[in-house]
Amino acid sequence: MKKWTRRAFISAGVLAGGTLVLGIAIRPGNRSSKVAGFIADEGETVMNIWLKISPDNTVTAIIPHAEMGQGVHTTLAMMLADEMDADWSTVRFLEAPAHKEYANFTFLKGFIVGNSELPKFLDESINGVFLTAVKSLNFQITGGSASVRFTGQQAMRIAGAAAKSMLLQAAAESWKVPVAELKAQNSRITHEATKKTATYAELAPAAAKIKKPTHPKLKSRNEFTIIGTSKPRFDIPEKVTGEAQFGIDVVLPEMKYATIRSSPVFGAKVKSVDTSIPSAISGILKIINLENAVAVIGDGYWQAKTTLDNLAIEFHTTENNTLSQDQIISGYRNAMTTDLADGNLDTHSKKGDVSAAFEEADSIIEVEYQLPFLAHATMEPINCTAWVHDGKCELWCGSQNPLGVRAEIADLLDFDPENVIVNNQLLGGGFGRRSESDVMKQAVLIAKEVDFPVKLIWSREEDTQHDVYREATLSRIKAGLDQAGNPIAYDHQFIFKHHPPEAADIPYDVPNQLIRYSSPPSYVPWGNWRSVDHSTHGFLTESFIDELAFAAKKDPLIFRKNLSKNNSRFQAVLDLAKEKSNWEKALPSNWGRGIAIAQSFGTIVAEVAEVEITVDGNVKVHRVVCAVDAGLVVHPNGFIAQMESGIIYGLSAAMTGEITIENGAVSQNNFHNYPVTRLNEAPVIETYIINSDNPPGGGGEPSTPVIAPAVTNAIFNATGKRIRQLPISKNDLKESIRQTT
Amino acid sequence: MIKLTINGKDHSVDAPQGMPLLWVIREQCELTGTKFGCGIAQCGACTVHMDGKPIRSCITPATSAEGKNITTIEGIAPDERTLHIVQQAWITEQTPQCGYCQSGQIMSAVALLNENPAPSDEEIEQAMSGNICRCGMYSRIKSAIKLASENLQSSSNPKT
Repeated sequence: MKKWTRRAFISAGVLAGGTLVLGIAIRPGNRSSKVAGFIADEGETVMNIWLKISPDNTVTAIIPHAEMGQGVHTTLAMMLADEMDADWSTVRFLEAPAHKEYANFTFLKGFIVGNSELPKFLDESINGVFLTAVKSLNFQITGGSASVRFTGQQAMRIAGAAAKSMLLQAAAESWKVPVAELKAQNSRITHEATKKTATYAELAPAAAKIKKPTHPKLKSRNEFTIIGTSKPRFDIPEKVTGEAQFGIDVVLPEMKYATIRSSPVFGAKVKSVDTSIPSAISGILKIINLENAVAVIGDGYWQAKTTLDNLAIEFHTTENNTLSQDQIISGYRNAMTTDLADGNLDTHSKKGDVSAAFEEADSIIEVEYQLPFLAHATMEPINCTAWVHDGKCELWCGSQNPLGVRAEIADLLDFDPENVIVNNQLLGGGFGRRSESDVMKQAVLIAKEVDFPVKLIWSREEDTQHDVYREATLSRIKAGLDQAGNPIAYDHQFIFKHHPPEAADIPYDVPNQLIRYSSPPSYVPWGNWRSVDHSTHGFLTESFIDELAFAAKKDPLIFRKNLSKNNSRFQAVLDLAKEKSNWEKALPSNWGRGIAIAQSFGTIVAEVAEVEITVDGNVKVHRVVCAVDAGLVVHPNGFIAQMESGIIYGLSAAMTGEITIENGAVSQNNFHNYPVTRLNEAPVIETYIINSDNPPGGGGEPSTPVIAPAVTNAIFNATGKRIRQLPISKNDLKESIRQTT
Repeated sequence: MIKLTINGKDHSVDAPQGMPLLWVIREQCELTGTKFGCGIAQCGACTVHMDGKPIRSCITPATSAEGKNITTIEGIAPDERTLHIVQQAWITEQTPQCGYCQSGQIMSAVALLNENPAPSDEEIEQAMSGNICRCGMYSRIKSAIKLASENLQSSSNPKT
């Protein structure tokens, strides 16, 4: 047996196994926990508190989030440990199991408290998972750049502080001294005057009997000893030795391998396939017609894949079989025109009177932008291992929402959710892709046909062609400038609105605004793609504001500053970007500098890109300066890594990222025709953090939306050519460079 | 049956004709540190060494590895308690994010430094451009290679 039990479901036995569970999930309506050893008090505040203290004085934080490289296991444990004054060298973590008791209440609470209503994305989701999840509490998502902001702030810190408070009280009662005279440090409580001292483990049994405080005193910023430091991440050592176990690495006794092909045309059903076992290759066990896909099970992935490749599969012809990218885009364009003419555009926001303001405008600028579909292309191909046996279904996978997976699989099999066990593994990239349950459902339908565990692995081709895609969009923006070059009217129409709901807002002071959108029928499956709607609106807003600055004959950075005078955080980030990028320093010929700034997920990021256009018209991004206000940054080095990651992810998309549809199918299928940024193409990235007094902002997504406009604005600066259609590789810059040289 | 030597250990495996080395390593030898990424030698996640040279195991037939020394990520550390100088540098620089590509990155980096213990920036870029990292940790991969290179030069007193 290999390592699959290492991260296995945390059973009551583990909790009872000589460890004392101190932290308790406290939430309304949860009077008796189903997890042995956990007791919830009645009627207390909504929070999740997960920690346990072992007899050897280790403190274990139970983290309700998936690790996909963002360092969440380490960072959230740090937040708990700091408030608890735990000895960091003996702090451990466990990833919470996919169990209702561990639903991410704080994630929801974060949005509820912050916005006083549920965010729109919770009721507008892939396959209804989110809505179902919220209603039934099957919600355990890692996404929305939310782990530190919500779980960390509202659960982990409170859990740590509550535990410390209980331990202090236990010591005070035992030693008959006032709590105020006690000091908690390094997982130990000491009374100076009497020289009494005890470890947390020694005090824990008595402490656990004390009523849990629901509003423990939290540290002020100057009291932190762990938060704000860059502790080495828990997950890194195993990732350099090859021992780290991703979903695709699970090995089970008697396990077999499967691969699958869905219809290239989305949604088409299988018309015919010969499911008899071919003799060309040994080790093929079963060919399964899943109606919308065909799967092959074999002794190995390669045997299954080779057999699948040679299988004659006929799919039914649908009305989409002739659909092309041009038709999709012209459909979007027609929808915008028709919706505008018929007064059917939905209003995102409205301010002042744009019509009147356009009448008064000295000049009017109107442009159209076009953005492509994008795939996620996680490094680890999509996969899931399933075993259906004895009325149970066990799954091993990497999921951003394991509890959602459990609920969907229980529905699919008509099983009690208690009989669906999701063993979440490390994720080889998430970026929103792994919030889906598609591969889990396929794996279960395959595994149901046999009596052994099956590991279903998608080929890279299947992954590229059956992703859920970042939406392609069209956008028409029109602005009116007054004589001084100040925008007085802003009229924006775009295609599709998903979430976050504020993504289309503009951060600039324009007195008259009308922002509207169309939602035409969409054939291409949609999914959350790192930063979601900010990935489009970051480009649209920041390209257009740059166009306005040029029309107004103003410096683009100063123009942005002048239009955000009431936003001191914005101003500070722009100032930092200006200083660190040497904004005013001259560049060589054929080089350009561009800026873009956006607030998303509670974090403000400005990026300044320095680009060179070669004589062949190729774009080389040399340097990116990233200035950021994310409030309190819990793990600076991890946060910087997230900024770097989001920039490269967004840069890949900006430079070459494009999924297109021909004959109803995705044209691209692997990294040779869906290229991504490589090491020799990667810019130097310098990240500068303003550690402002604000609460923590998100880290995983906010650097992605602004890199594309920073680069295209830099290209404009270098060549005078405005890139209005992504990816950049679609634009011929040779002509532009000749004109400037 | 074919006979393979992986990390100094002999394996007899039943690999059908044409089966790539990657799947023998992962599924038959259960050495899952070597990763499947693209299947067409585009991403480098499957990089292993054959007689010390980096190869893409996803397109290398297992039969062509007979009689050769194959080294995977599990076989580069000098002993069970000591990491390879490159692995150590990867930890110092806190290089991985999701980590899925890192076995391949490290195998390419080890091969580079074996050939050229003090590579220039351009040489690093050339040697590492075949390994995709979707988390975009390229600057850290570069700095970790430079650190490992420095530590190789003064391996009696490595910088951490």
